Amino acid sequence: MAHAEPILEVKGLKKYYGEVHALDDVTETICKGEVVAIIGPSGSGKSTFLRSLNLLETPTAGQILMDGVDITGAKADVNKLRQKMGMVFQQFNLFPHMTVLKNLTLAPMKLQKKTQAEAEAQAMSLLKRVGLAERAAAYPAQLSGGQKQRIAIMRALAMQPEVMLFDEPTSALDPEMVGEVLEVMRDLAKAGMTMVVVTHEMGFAREVASRVIFMDEGRIVEEGKPEAIFDDPRSERLKNFLAKVL
Amino acid sequence: MAPIFTGAFINGLINWLLQQWSAFSADFYLNFIKEDRWKYLVRGLGITLEVAFFAAIIGIILGALFAIIRTTADKSDKKGFLLRCVNWMVKLYITVVRGTPVVVQLLIINFVIFSSVLIDAAIVAIIAFGLNSAAYVAEVFRSGIMSIDEGQFEAGRSLGFGYWDTMKYIIMPQAIKNVLPALANEFITLLKETSVSGYIGLMDLTKAGDIIRSRTFAPFLPLIAVALIYLIMVVALSSGVTKLERRLRNGSR
Repeated sequence: MAHAEPILEVKGLKKYYGEVHALDDVTETICKGEVVAIIGPSGSGKSTFLRSLNLLETPTAGQILMDGVDITGAKADVNKLRQKMGMVFQQFNLFPHMTVLKNLTLAPMKLQKKTQAEAEAQAMSLLKRVGLAERAAAYPAQLSGGQKQRIAIMRALAMQPEVMLFDEPTSALDPEMVGEVLEVMRDLAKAGMTMVVVTHEMGFAREVASRVIFMDEGRIVEEGKPEAIFDDPRSERLKNFLAKVL
Repeated sequence: MAPIFTGAFINGLINWLLQQWSAFSADFYLNFIKEDRWKYLVRGLGITLEVAFFAAIIGIILGALFAIIRTTADKSDKKGFLLRCVNWMVKLYITVVRGTPVVVQLLIINFVIFSSVLIDAAIVAIIAFGLNSAAYVAEVFRSGIMSIDEGQFEAGRSLGFGYWDTMKYIIMPQAIKNVLPALANEFITLLKETSVSGYIGLMDLTKAGDIIRSRTFAPFLPLIAVALIYLIMVVALSSGVTKLERRLRNGSR
């Protein structure tokens, strides 16, 4: 696939926690329409990398450009930039004091100045898309994990982001609920959304990702098309990792 | 067995009751009706409520502010010099206020800080109790904010909300709900603590009862009346909070 237009450019990204180098000089470009899966052992820095992309982690050094604009610079409007990057968390992080509908309409109403009617119409169509329209009035505590995560994805989509970041979106789910969440992500990928997904679901990475990045010890060790990564791993570390997880 | 309820027994009982009643009503008359002494209690109650109410407002506003300063300082990894200084001062303030008796604070504010200023004792009391309450409320709010999962904060920020908007729409509503019972207890304590206002010559409810006692030399009724009034207020406040909690709980969960 020819992805000409870069949306996120990461240059020499470093994140140190004291002596620990969570990210050690990572350079990477993500293009429009790509679905990038990031795999690697725990502690490899993959979540830190993802969370750095929307600056939930402040990089120690390096640069991140979004649409060519330096978002790590002092003058960058971080809040505006985050509106263009949807984020989905392992623990869903729905707002428990609000109904499902309110979860989906809060940010569009407050940040994009949508009217309540507009925001609710959009929220309902998003909920319909994942078959949860009838749960609009429910509170998060009344939902299953799979339902929560599908709604969390829709909450992020309600801001009409250019990129979606997923931080191990299925790791906190009971096995029988993983499928329904992956299904939503698969549809999103098909619809052309640019996605960066930190995941342990190798099947999903192989099937849906257009590119797979393997990270270890804060560095990108190997990357390529899923077939190349899974069927023809070159580095010893990737071979070891795949031997353990496949 | 002779019947207990003979005519003589019943007559005796009635006489005794009448005696007690007339003693009580004489006592009641002396303490509350004569010279309109009940007005002391009404005025005192008004002052107690006034001091507690405005002190609570100061406590909530300052307490929330202190709590946000403390948690902001705890949360942010890049603390500026100003934030560190302010945080340190707030910490010191909370330690001093919580480490000294409220009566002493009241006396210091009245006789040291406002010694040369002509100012209403009620205002001195409001300031003293407000500042005192702020230190306790700050810790209550802080524990509430800290009890909210970090993921909530990150979710808010990732949607594009700024720090203060995230606090306002996402963190504080949950934190306040979590600390509501503790906060209510705080204000119940505050209401009762204002009873030492007499130390600076304020005619609050307790002082009113004590004035009546000193005039009539009949301590029972005025003091019991004062106690009852406090009790009724506290029970009413507590039940109000229980209702509010229930309403909030119906929301989530």
